[in-house]
Amino acid sequence: MLKIDNLHASVENKAILKGLDLAVGAGEVHAIMGPNGSGKSTLGHVLAGRPGYTVTAGSAQLLGQDLLTLDTEERAHLGLFLAYQYPVEIPGVSNMEFLKASVDAVREHRNEPALDSVSFMKQAREACKAVNLDQAFLKRGVNEGFSGGEKKRNELMQMMLLAPKLCIMDETDSGLDIDALQVVADGINAMRSPDRSFILVTHYQRLLNFIKPDRVHVLSGGRIVKSGDHSLALELEERGYAWLEDVA
Amino acid sequence: MNDFMQQALAAAARSAPPWLEPLQARGREAWSKTSLPTRKTEAWKYTSLQALQKTFSAAPTQSAGSPLGDVPLPELSGPTLVFTDGHYRADLSTTELPAGLRLVRFADATSDQAERIAAALGSAILPGRHVFAPLNDATLTDGVFMDVPANTRIETPVHIAWLTTGQHESISVTQRLLVCLGENSGATLVESFANTATGGTAFTNGLTELLIGRGAQLNHYRLHLEQGDVVHIGGVHARQEADSVLNGFHLALGSALKRIDLVVNQQGPGAHCAVDGLYLPRGTETVDYHTCIEHAVPHCTSRERFRGIIADEASAVFNGRIHIHPQAQKTRAELSNKNLLTSNKAEINTKPELEIYADDVQCAHGATVAQLDPLTLHYLRTRGVPRDEAEVMLSYGFINELVEAVEQAELQAFLKPLLAHRFARDSRLTRHIL
Repeated sequence: MLKIDNLHASVENKAILKGLDLAVGAGEVHAIMGPNGSGKSTLGHVLAGRPGYTVTAGSAQLLGQDLLTLDTEERAHLGLFLAYQYPVEIPGVSNMEFLKASVDAVREHRNEPALDSVSFMKQAREACKAVNLDQAFLKRGVNEGFSGGEKKRNELMQMMLLAPKLCIMDETDSGLDIDALQVVADGINAMRSPDRSFILVTHYQRLLNFIKPDRVHVLSGGRIVKSGDHSLALELEERGYAWLEDVA
Repeated sequence: MNDFMQQALAAAARSAPPWLEPLQARGREAWSKTSLPTRKTEAWKYTSLQALQKTFSAAPTQSAGSPLGDVPLPELSGPTLVFTDGHYRADLSTTELPAGLRLVRFADATSDQAERIAAALGSAILPGRHVFAPLNDATLTDGVFMDVPANTRIETPVHIAWLTTGQHESISVTQRLLVCLGENSGATLVESFANTATGGTAFTNGLTELLIGRGAQLNHYRLHLEQGDVVHIGGVHARQEADSVLNGFHLALGSALKRIDLVVNQQGPGAHCAVDGLYLPRGTETVDYHTCIEHAVPHCTSRERFRGIIADEASAVFNGRIHIHPQAQKTRAELSNKNLLTSNKAEINTKPELEIYADDVQCAHGATVAQLDPLTLHYLRTRGVPRDEAEVMLSYGFINELVEAVEQAELQAFLKPLLAHRFARDSRLTRHIL
């Protein structure tokens, strides 16, 4: 699914990723943990092609295609989805129309026929219900005035409608109370499938009690310094990150 | 004397109803003493009248009677009066009037009506506030008088469409609308200015006077839809009596030049006006809006929200003046002007102008100029939305709030696709519209 080799990237001329290697197989869930400033969020933004994030060396392939030469929207068409830690508010653009534009674009790329408005709205309302958001949120401006938890659920709703191949969840658990966390985790679990993979970027072990990862990686100093199974997350919870920084 | 209108002036003098002659004569006299403003004139600092340096002729005295073709016009359920190239078109108009409403063309006015019109014309315009008003007077041969008697509420919208067809090169057209709302009456008025796709050069001088009686409410929509080589110098001058309400909505698509002056004179306590406006020039078009709210008495309120999107090498001016007179205590006035520049060569000159001579007032104003936010664009693209489509969505999003606020449902249904397609160069870019 995803293969990253020796990825180096910088933001405003400051090197953040310094030789990151990662391979995620189809259907797998990987967790990336690590201390603040280790480059966790940078990874997601680099893969999504955010302006100002420059790849200086290395490669990243999604489904065998070179991701780094594609435009941001082409990466999305290929199946990449980044759920933001801080989703953007877009006043004046309704959530429903935003979702329609996204779904239309992605379906067009997959050579699927465009959905008519009625079937689209039906799907959108179902997704809205699945993430436990009131239908009124479909009519509001994108994320406009949403609480932190509502924004995260809105991201999840987009993910459901777009049915991506690789989902990168950037600190999706931050700022969620336990009920909201359960809703988000249920949503992610429901979307797990043999041809869809997940990268859960998180600071805390808590999320992994709800979504059991196949692999856990520790990112520190811009590289993956240790990988293991679910038990590594529990070990990190107990011992913190300091002992690994020494390893790095 | 400015000579660019000589022919039109001469033609008007020959074809007006006799009772308009004194007004015409006063107009000619005042116009002969008027110098065209230059960029040294403060109110015209950013807008050149270069486009008027050609000769405009009078519209022909007979209407060509041509079909309209593809003029974008709202279809409204009420009476519609259509004028093409300055001529009333009975064949395109629907004149079945709701009970109580009187809609009279100057050319058809009875002597009683003529007397009322002649007495009221010009009375809403504060002296010296409309440079082109004398020219409008001097060339006036026909116009519309909308008269709503006291205690009468007209539910259906009244639509007046002023069109130019481009069948005549470089014509000048004078348009005049006089609206009188009696005490505690209410009405909705839509004015559309448009040209046919084949429209040639035209100079339109559109002047609207609104006399809003005590306790009356007028919803006034003014859509400036002309495109291409049309110069529109227009104005709306309103006088509000006590406890009256004026709700205004303005739209100006760009053309060679549009200059609109909106002056609201609140003469009675408790008057309220709320005006929203959109201006959307592109290419090398220019739109210039000058608004002025005269708070002359206590306890009046006003709220203005104007938004502009300026594309390509277009330019726009927004000058919003709020004048609170010494006796106008307890005034509340708000003015907001937001602009989006979608190109590095686009230009906006925005100036809120507050003159406050009373001490117990609340007055808020703000003006912003922005470009499309790169991170917002990126966010849309991470969801697969192509850049060009994302730009259309964000541009429309910038004005959407004011479009959503349009209360007349038929009009909103007309405006939404019109505006969405305005930003899209191909229909694929508006497919998200539900």
